[in-house]
Amino acid sequence: MLKYESVSELVQAAEERGARIADLVLDDQAEAMEVSPLELYEKMEIDLHVMREAAKAGAEEGQRSMSGLTGGEGFRMTEYVREKNGGLCGPFLGKAMAKALAVAGCNASMGRIVAAPTAGSCGILPGCILTLLQEGVVAEKDAVMAMFTAGAFGMVIANRASIAGAQGGCQAECGSAAAMAAAALVELMGGTPAQCADACAIAISSQMGLVCDPVAGLVEIPCIKRNVSGLMIAFSSADLALAGIGAKIPADECLDAMREVGDALPASLKETAGGGLAATPTGRKLQKQVFGS
Amino acid sequence: MNIFDIIGPVMIGPSSSHTAGAVRLGRVANKLINDRKLARVEITLSGSFAQTYKGHGTDRALLAGIMGYHSYSPEIRDALEIASARGIDYVFLKENIKGAHPNTALIRYFTEDGAEGTMQGASVGGGNILVNRIDGMDVHFTGDNNTIIVMHHDKPGVIAAVTQVMHWQYADLNISSFFLSRESKGGNSIMTIEVDSLPPEDLMQRIREIGHVTNAILVRRL
Repeated sequence: MLKYESVSELVQAAEERGARIADLVLDDQAEAMEVSPLELYEKMEIDLHVMREAAKAGAEEGQRSMSGLTGGEGFRMTEYVREKNGGLCGPFLGKAMAKALAVAGCNASMGRIVAAPTAGSCGILPGCILTLLQEGVVAEKDAVMAMFTAGAFGMVIANRASIAGAQGGCQAECGSAAAMAAAALVELMGGTPAQCADACAIAISSQMGLVCDPVAGLVEIPCIKRNVSGLMIAFSSADLALAGIGAKIPADECLDAMREVGDALPASLKETAGGGLAATPTGRKLQKQVFGS
Repeated sequence: MNIFDIIGPVMIGPSSSHTAGAVRLGRVANKLINDRKLARVEITLSGSFAQTYKGHGTDRALLAGIMGYHSYSPEIRDALEIASARGIDYVFLKENIKGAHPNTALIRYFTEDGAEGTMQGASVGGGNILVNRIDGMDVHFTGDNNTIIVMHHDKPGVIAAVTQVMHWQYADLNISSFFLSRESKGGNSIMTIEVDSLPPEDLMQRIREIGHVTNAILVRRL
């Protein structure tokens, strides 16, 4: 049984077995949860389908959040990517960005999503995996399996650092989601377990210290857009790792640092709407607009 | 923790604490109401719940849970309309409950057959909840474990009788936590018993048959 207390444990176990981290984790979790691997795979398949529905619902033209502060980002980006042949980042990343916006927007409008690892960061993993799937880069069964890799890294992050904005800031939410997605992307593209760990480390390093400062305390501003920045970091971290540019600080040490940084953040920057963007004049004005005084 | 705590839960957004956790709080009240028909519900929102409930749909989420929906049910969005269509009279009140966790709700329910009760709990983050009070008495449970709530009169031997039924008739049933609270000596009391496995269906009925027990409810792992 795996302990999910260190990334090095995952890498070592996968190397010893000569298997993907995904296969290792599927078998381990099936044993731990006392169900068959097939049953577990099918459960994860449902999660992928929910993600796909969320990406579709959030890309509709009239999508608005409950507060009315945000809405239509997924639709707008999809249109832009179509009109401008992908824009600066190209069609592939453009579509991925649109998906992350759509899923995060679906969440803000009380749609159904898969927390991955949280509701606030729910657009990053589907933005990465669904785009590879829909662009024909990977097969559906590999996309489902990649979610086991992402989940395994997420469990280590939760055990070693945090996945809650109220505890560790946004680095714990969008940062964790990006690290999980980066590791999954590497494995989907045929990278080694060690490269998955590198991608995780690079993604965590890239968002070290990111604060959780939602305007009016709502999961909208800046959360929806941070799903896009998290997604971009997931792709860039995965590419760096696949290029053989390893992490200089090992993933486990990055996670320990992330925990330390999260503990050091003041309460005002941990989901309390007391600092950062939430405390700007415009942030305060928007808060008044939604909730009155 | 397992893989679906990270890739999951499937939930209606936007917030695990203010939406998914609120549904779970409502679901505890749903278990207390049991199969009786709900006539009216008064929901008091405290702290952050009172300030931000509209933006997070906390009101809809609580009501959806009270009606028995899950944190992944798309009906949450339309919970206010569904409640009205079912003839449930509902009202949301904003009041700071002293000493309570910032995300606290107090649910007071009235059933068509004249019964009423209260439940107070908090959404403590990540969709996790803590139930603090039932019918004015202190309780402590999270819904992470299967929880048996036994309402009874404070008389010697009732606890022994309940645990004896559990032990002698269902030997595999292991208690992981026990909490007792009472209004006054000899008055109404509540046992909160968390168990590791899912108790068999007929256990609640057997506990209800014990002298001085007024009701027994199973809150299945949420």
